[in-house]
Amino acid sequence: MTNEQTLKMEFTLKSMDFNLAGEASSKIKQVLQRIGISSAVIRRIAIGTYEAEMNAIIHAVNGKMTVEVSKDKTEVTVVDEGPGIHDVDMAMTEGYSTAPDHIREMGFGAGMGLPNMARCSDVFSIKSEYGVGTEIYMIFNH
Amino acid sequence: MQEYFHSVRLDTDKCKGCVNCIKRCPTEAIRIRGGKAQIIESRCIDCGECIRRCPNHAKTAFTDNLQDLANYRWNIALPAPALYSQFNYEVSIEQILEALLSLGFDEVFEVALAAEYVSSQIHDYLENNTGNRPYISSACPAVVRLIQVKFPELIDHIIPVDSPAALAGRIAKCQSSARLGIPPEQIGVWFITPCPAKVTAVKQPVDMEISYINGAIGIAEIYGELLKNIGQNANNVKRTATYKGVGWALAGGETKATGRDSTLSAHGIQSVNDILEQVVLGKLNDIEYLECQACAGGCIGGPLMVQNRFVAEKNMKKRLEFIKNQGLNDDKEAQINYDPAEYALVKQKIEPRSILRLDSDIVKAMQKMELIEKTLARLPGLDCGSCGSPSCKALAEDIVQGHASETDCVFKLRERVKALAEEMVDLAQKLPPSLNKENEEGFYDRR
Ligand SMILES: Nc1ncnc2c1ncn2[C@@H]1O[C@H](COP(=O)(O)OP(=O)(O)OP(=O)(O)O)[C@@H](O)[C@H]1O
Ligand code: SF4
Ligand SMILES: [Mg+2]
Repeated sequence: MTNEQTLKMEFTLKSMDFNLAGEASSKIKQVLQRIGISSAVIRRIAIGTYEAEMNAIIHAVNGKMTVEVSKDKTEVTVVDEGPGIHDVDMAMTEGYSTAPDHIREMGFGAGMGLPNMARCSDVFSIKSEYGVGTEIYMIFNH
Repeated sequence: MQEYFHSVRLDTDKCKGCVNCIKRCPTEAIRIRGGKAQIIESRCIDCGECIRRCPNHAKTAFTDNLQDLANYRWNIALPAPALYSQFNYEVSIEQILEALLSLGFDEVFEVALAAEYVSSQIHDYLENNTGNRPYISSACPAVVRLIQVKFPELIDHIIPVDSPAALAGRIAKCQSSARLGIPPEQIGVWFITPCPAKVTAVKQPVDMEISYINGAIGIAEIYGELLKNIGQNANNVKRTATYKGVGWALAGGETKATGRDSTLSAHGIQSVNDILEQVVLGKLNDIEYLECQACAGGCIGGPLMVQNRFVAEKNMKKRLEFIKNQGLNDDKEAQINYDPAEYALVKQKIEPRSILRLDSDIVKAMQKMELIEKTLARLPGLDCGSCGSPSCKALAEDIVQGHASETDCVFKLRERVKALAEEMVDLAQKLPPSLNKENEEGFYDRR
């Protein structure tokens, strides 16, 4: 077959469902390991997808993550249906978080998720409209 | 790659082909074929979980035995600290060491003492290095191998400090050779082991070229003899290790002995697996040191131990309390001149041995991955194990890799048989035209 071969995965991210939290990124990691992507790259993808997954679960509703793996890159899109982010620049700064106390007690809310996604991906974009939703797009080169 | 030595083996005669072991293996290294278990060598990490699970005692650990001592001029026993947990604390460590001597060893060297040196090396390393936090203990060889096969991305986190057993072997062999004037190759050094993982580590170290230890003898193997000899001898040997080194036998003992505050201890192979997943996600970067042990409870819960793990734990806690109060009555510095530089060993880099890759070609691997998903969707999802693979997913993979077929699944087989049976009924109803009443009007009329 050709190099156009891709592998697609789709995950539904349920708001505040901590039982399933981390499932999507863990599944993605397993698949990438089986395919033979280098472990350093997998690690970046694992962190990026985990943070995006957790944000959709903690901060948003009706999240969906789509992953498309091809020979030389992995593309990740995470969309949700709100509430959206007031000030994206602010949200992107390290340490900024609106997570309430009960979420912080669970070990989240360091305000590092978005900056980490930007750091570990090769292409990162975020679009968010307050009252509508957020879309994160990341590319990881293999 | 050279043939891989494994301590964990199968006694084919005893194996009934039940599926208990395949479901508990942390690396899915076992399949049932032809009514017997088979261990896939490249996946096995010698953790010994299957030894615990097998109701027929068909999984065994190869260890050396006392007869092997005859091949050497001078023999040194290296008792793992966990050995002491097999006795009530009223049996003193000195008595246990004496009993070892009466089994034919010429000398004993406590691994617990080496554990104390290792603890301070770990302390110093953590003081000076922060790049790969959390650093992961290198002491449990089953964990190191789990990382090699399933978490290759964490290899750089393994602390480049010797395990207490390896260090004990080196000190014991070098010092005795110098003291006695016997060449090292005529000195037999024997680790008294709680587990098969250590046997494998001795025979085939992952991080150094040669092992100073010649073999490993299972605690269960010599326990009876030891018991007989306890308290039968003059009290000539002195114990050398304090509670810090002895405490390594229990989960948490190692981190305690390193004296660092930001540490975490995970034990039991499944829990270790889970915590390593967390490390991969970068969730534990604030932790300095991670102690991981394959056995629940730590080495006192090793597969080659005799006592129940909870009894062993109680014994050990009692003993630690006791020797902590007692202190050491002699000057151990005078006995052992440990110079780290003298024994410093160039460590080989630990190599990944990933078992996860489906194909060396990424595109082919992706195709296989797709096929696995499709195949899995057709399987019943009961994970019953009757096919001989540990789960439907594992069977799907075995099928795609050409090691199994879909009809190995009893449910798929039943579907096939049902379809065949229906077809047979259909066929049975078909009659040759000469007998078929429907054809009475005659063949030619039909046109
Ligand atoms: N999908 C989203 N929908 C709505 N708000 C979001 C979303 N993702 C992030 N945010 C907002 O941006 C802030 C910063 O996100 P970031 O992931 O960097 O930190 P955090 O989730 O608060 O903490 P951490 O990720 O370190 O646990 C969040 O506190 C939240 O207010
Ligand atoms: S925890 Fe101890 S006994 Fe168990 S496998 Fe590891 S080193 Fe061996
Ligand atoms: Mg976040």
